Amino acid sequence: MVAAPADIAPPVPVGERAQRLVRWLPVAGAVLVVALYVAFKNTAVLPHDDDASLFHWLNDARDWVDENRNTSPFFLYFINYVRLGVAELFTLFQTALTALGWPGLIGVAAGLGWLAGGWRIALVSVVGFAGIGALGLWDASVDTLALTLSSVLLSLVIGIPIGILAGRSPRVRRIVSPVLDVMQIMPTFSYLSPIVLLFLIGPASATIATMIYAIPPAIRITALAIQRVSPTAVEASESLGATGGQTLRKVRLPMALNTITLGVNQTIAAALSMVPLVALIAAPGLGVDLIRALARVNVGAALVPGIAIVIIAIVLDRITRSAAVSRARSSVVRWAGFAVAIVAGLALTPVLAPEFPEQWQIQIVRPINDVVGWIEANWYGFTGFLNDTVAYGLLNPLQDVLTSAPWWLVTLAVLAFAWRFSGLRAGLVAAGCLVAIAALSLWEHGMETLTIVLVASVITIAVGLALGIAAARSRWFAAVLRPILDAAQTMPSFSYLLPAVALFGNGRFTAIIASLIYAVPVVARLVEDGVRAVPGTVVEAARSAGSTDRQLLWKVQLPMAKSSLLLAANQGIVMTLAMVVIGALVGAGALGYDVVAGIAQQEDYGKGLAAGVALVLLGVMLDRITQGASGRPNSKKKRIA
Amino acid sequence: MKKLRLIAGVLVLGLGAAACGGAKVDDTSSAAPSANASAGAAAGSAGTVKMAINGWVGYEASAAVVDYLLENELHYKVEKVTLNEEPSWQGMESGDVDVVLENWGHDDLKKKYIEEKGVAVEAGPNGNKGVIGWYVPEWMVQKYPDITDYKNLPKYADLFKTSESDGKGQLLDGDPSYVTNDEALVKNLKLPYKVVYAGSEAALIKAAQTATQQQKPLLMYFYEPQWLFSQLKLVKINLPPYTPGCDADPKKIACDYPPYDLDKIVSKKFAETGGPAYELIKNFTWSNDDQNKVADDITNNGLSDEAAAKKWVDANPTVWQAWIPK
Repeated sequence: MVAAPADIAPPVPVGERAQRLVRWLPVAGAVLVVALYVAFKNTAVLPHDDDASLFHWLNDARDWVDENRNTSPFFLYFINYVRLGVAELFTLFQTALTALGWPGLIGVAAGLGWLAGGWRIALVSVVGFAGIGALGLWDASVDTLALTLSSVLLSLVIGIPIGILAGRSPRVRRIVSPVLDVMQIMPTFSYLSPIVLLFLIGPASATIATMIYAIPPAIRITALAIQRVSPTAVEASESLGATGGQTLRKVRLPMALNTITLGVNQTIAAALSMVPLVALIAAPGLGVDLIRALARVNVGAALVPGIAIVIIAIVLDRITRSAAVSRARSSVVRWAGFAVAIVAGLALTPVLAPEFPEQWQIQIVRPINDVVGWIEANWYGFTGFLNDTVAYGLLNPLQDVLTSAPWWLVTLAVLAFAWRFSGLRAGLVAAGCLVAIAALSLWEHGMETLTIVLVASVITIAVGLALGIAAARSRWFAAVLRPILDAAQTMPSFSYLLPAVALFGNGRFTAIIASLIYAVPVVARLVEDGVRAVPGTVVEAARSAGSTDRQLLWKVQLPMAKSSLLLAANQGIVMTLAMVVIGALVGAGALGYDVVAGIAQQEDYGKGLAAGVALVLLGVMLDRITQGASGRPNSKKKRIA
Repeated sequence: MKKLRLIAGVLVLGLGAAACGGAKVDDTSSAAPSANASAGAAAGSAGTVKMAINGWVGYEASAAVVDYLLENELHYKVEKVTLNEEPSWQGMESGDVDVVLENWGHDDLKKKYIEEKGVAVEAGPNGNKGVIGWYVPEWMVQKYPDITDYKNLPKYADLFKTSESDGKGQLLDGDPSYVTNDEALVKNLKLPYKVVYAGSEAALIKAAQTATQQQKPLLMYFYEPQWLFSQLKLVKINLPPYTPGCDADPKKIACDYPPYDLDKIVSKKFAETGGPAYELIKNFTWSNDDQNKVADDITNNGLSDEAAAKKWVDANPTVWQAWIPK
C-alpha cells in the first residue's frame, strides 16, 4: 500500500456529486480497512507451522522420485536422457573451450568480433578476455562461458521455433504470452528445488535452470520479428506459389534475421545474469567463487568474479549487437580476418604457457578489502543506526500489522487496491494469489517477505526517481551516471550481497540494500527515458507560460511521463522481490530462507518447494497490482528492449 | 543456422548411442571423466578425483592438504566441487562427487545413500573430533556466572534482543545447511528465543569477534574444530546432556549435540575404481590441531589453500607419509 502513487484512475466525467463520491471512495475504503483491522486483529491469522501436512506430502513425493529414479519409465526413458544430453552438451562446450587454450579462445573471440563488427569489436574482445585472465579467473570464466553458451544454445533451439509459431498465429501467442510473463516475474531462486528433484544437482540442472530464465526473450523477440515482416512481401511470395515452408525459410526468416539476432543478444544477457546463481546446485564457474567469498565475507573476492561476468557480458553483447547491424564490407576481407585471428590464437596456444601467466595478473582483492575494512571500523555507528531505524521504524511495525491482520482482510484490501489501481481482473488475480499462498501453509512467511519487498520497493523507487529526474535534467549528470548504471545492471545480483553484508551485518536491511543496488539502475533509466521523452515543444510552452523549474517538473514532465514511471515502479518491485529472496543467503529469512533450506536440508524439502511456488504467486500478485495503469503492450515492449 | 543443425545432429547421435534400455542417473561415464586411471583427462595424470568442498574453513583445510598430496605425490587431478553437506551426498549418486572428507554424523543420509541406495560407502574416521553447541563470549560468563546453564537463558533473553529477533532473544546460527537442531531445541526447551541465520561461518566468527571486542551480548551456534578458539574464548552453554538415542526424532530433540567422530564418505564407484587415490583418502587421519593450523593459515595469514597445505606438509612429513599407499 505504501508504494502507491496516489490517484491514478482517470477522472470520470460524471456528475459533480458522483465525482466527489469517487474521490472519497479510497479514503472511505482505507478507513474501513483500518476499522476492520482494529476489530479483528489477531483473529484468522495463519501462524507458520513447519509440520504442515502439505510439506510432508511433498517430502513423500520427493522420496518417491528418489526411489524410482532408476526404475520409473518416465525417468528411465525421458528425464534421465534429457539430463544426460544436456550434461553432454555442456561437457562438449567445456572441453572445446578448454582445448582452445587461453590464446586460442582470445583469438576466436577476436575473430568473431572482427567478423561481426570490424576491428573495434575485435579489440574489445581481445582486451576484455585478456582482462579476465588478468583478474586471475580464467578457468572459472571458461566454465561460466561454457554454461552460458550451452544454455543459450538450448534456449535458441527451443525458443526460436516457438517464437516463429507465436509470431504467425495469434492463438499460440495468447497461450504463450502469459506463460512467459510468469517466467519473467518468477524469482530465479524459486525453481531450483523442482529442477534438482528432476535432474539432480550438477551442470545439467544448472544449464536447464539458466535456460528457463533465458528463454523468454528468445521467444518474445522472435515472435515480434516474425510479426513485423512486411505482409506485402509474404503475400508476394505466396502469390508466386511458394509453400508455407518456403515462405518461412526464404522470406520471413531472412527478413526477421536482424531482429532475431537482437533476441540472441538479450538471451545471452539473461543467461549471464542467472549463471552465477546456479553454483548453488553444483555448477562450476564464477558463481562458485562468489559463494566462497560470501561464506568468507570477503568483499573483494566477491567483486572480482562479478567484474569478470560484466566483462564477458560486454564482449558477448558487442559481438552480437554488431552482428545484428548488417555492414557493407567485402566478405573476403571479413572471413580472411576471421581466419587470421583464429589461426594466430591457435598457433600461440602450444607456444605459450597452458595457464594464464601469473605475472600478468593484477591483484585488486586486497585494496578493496582495505577500503571495506576502514568503512566497517569507522562507520559502525552510522550503519548500525540506519539498520535499526529501518528495522524498528518500518520493517517491524509493518510486519506486525501484516501478520496480525486476519488473512481475509489482507486479501480484501489487496483486492480493493488492485481493483482501483489496475482493474477488476488484476484485483481478482492478485487476491487469488494471496489465497493460494495461504493454501500453501506459508501465509506468515509470505507476509514477512511481502514486508521486506514493500519497504525495499519504496526506498528503491524513491532513489531511482531522484536519480532518474536528475539525469534527465542534467546532461552532465547523465553522462556520469550511465556507465555506472550499465555496470551495475550487468553485475550478477549475487555480488551485491557482500558489500551490503560487510556494512550492515546480516539481516533484512542488508537484503534491502542489495536490492536497492540491483533495481535502482533499471528504475532510474526508465524514469530518465520517460522524462526525456516529453516533447520539447511542450516544455517550451510551459516555460514561456512562466512556470518555474519545479512547476515544470511536477505539473508537466512527471504527469506526462506517467506510463514510464508506472512501468519503472512495476519493474522495480519485481526486481526487488527477486533480490530480497536471494537475501535469504545473508539472513533475511522468510520465504527465501525456506527455499535455501529446502535445497540444503532434506527434511525441509517440501517446505522449500512450496515456498518456491509461493514466491511465484507473490511475484504475480505484485506485478498485477502495479501493472494495470501502465498497460500491457507498452510494458512488454520495454521489457524486451 | 547450419551450425545449430550440425550440433543438434551430434547431440541426437550421442543420445542415440546411449539409448539402450533407458538411462540411469549414475551412467555418467560418458558425461564426465571419472576417477579411474584410464579416463585421466590431463596428460600424465593418474586420474581425476572430484572432491566436495563444504562451506567452512576447517573442511577446506583438510581438503587443501589431501588435494596437495593427491596432486603432488600421486599425480592425480583434483576437481573441487563447492557444495552444501546434503547435496554432496546427492552428488555421489549423480556422479558429481567422489569424496566427502569431513562428514558430521548424518545418520539419516547414511541410511539412505549407503544402506538403501548403495551409492556411497564409509571410508573411516578422519581423526577430527567434532563438537557442536551454543556459546557465549567469555566476558558474559564473568558478568552473569549462571548464564552457562540453559535453564537460566529465559531470564537473560532481553540481553540478546536484536532488530531481527521478533522481540525474543536471538540465537545466531550459521549457514542454513549446517547440522543443527536449534529450532527444535528452542521449542522443546521452551526458551523465549528465535533462531536467526547469519548465513555463513565467517558471519558467525565476525559476530563473535565484535561481541568480544565491544562487549556486546551474543548467543551463538558454534563448533570445534575451529581456529577461532586460539584467538578468543567462548564458553559453551550446558544443554541437557546427550544420551544415545535422545536425538532419534529430530522434531522432539531436547538434549545436547552428540560428540562427533568426523568421518569420510566416498562414492561406491570411487571406492571400487579409485586406486591409490582412494587408498590415500582412506588412510587420511589427523588431529584438530593440525586442521586448525592449516585453517588459521588460510584465514588469517593470507596463504592460499595450496600454500597453507604445502607449509603443513613440509612441517609434518611423518604424519602424511603414513597415508601414502605402499
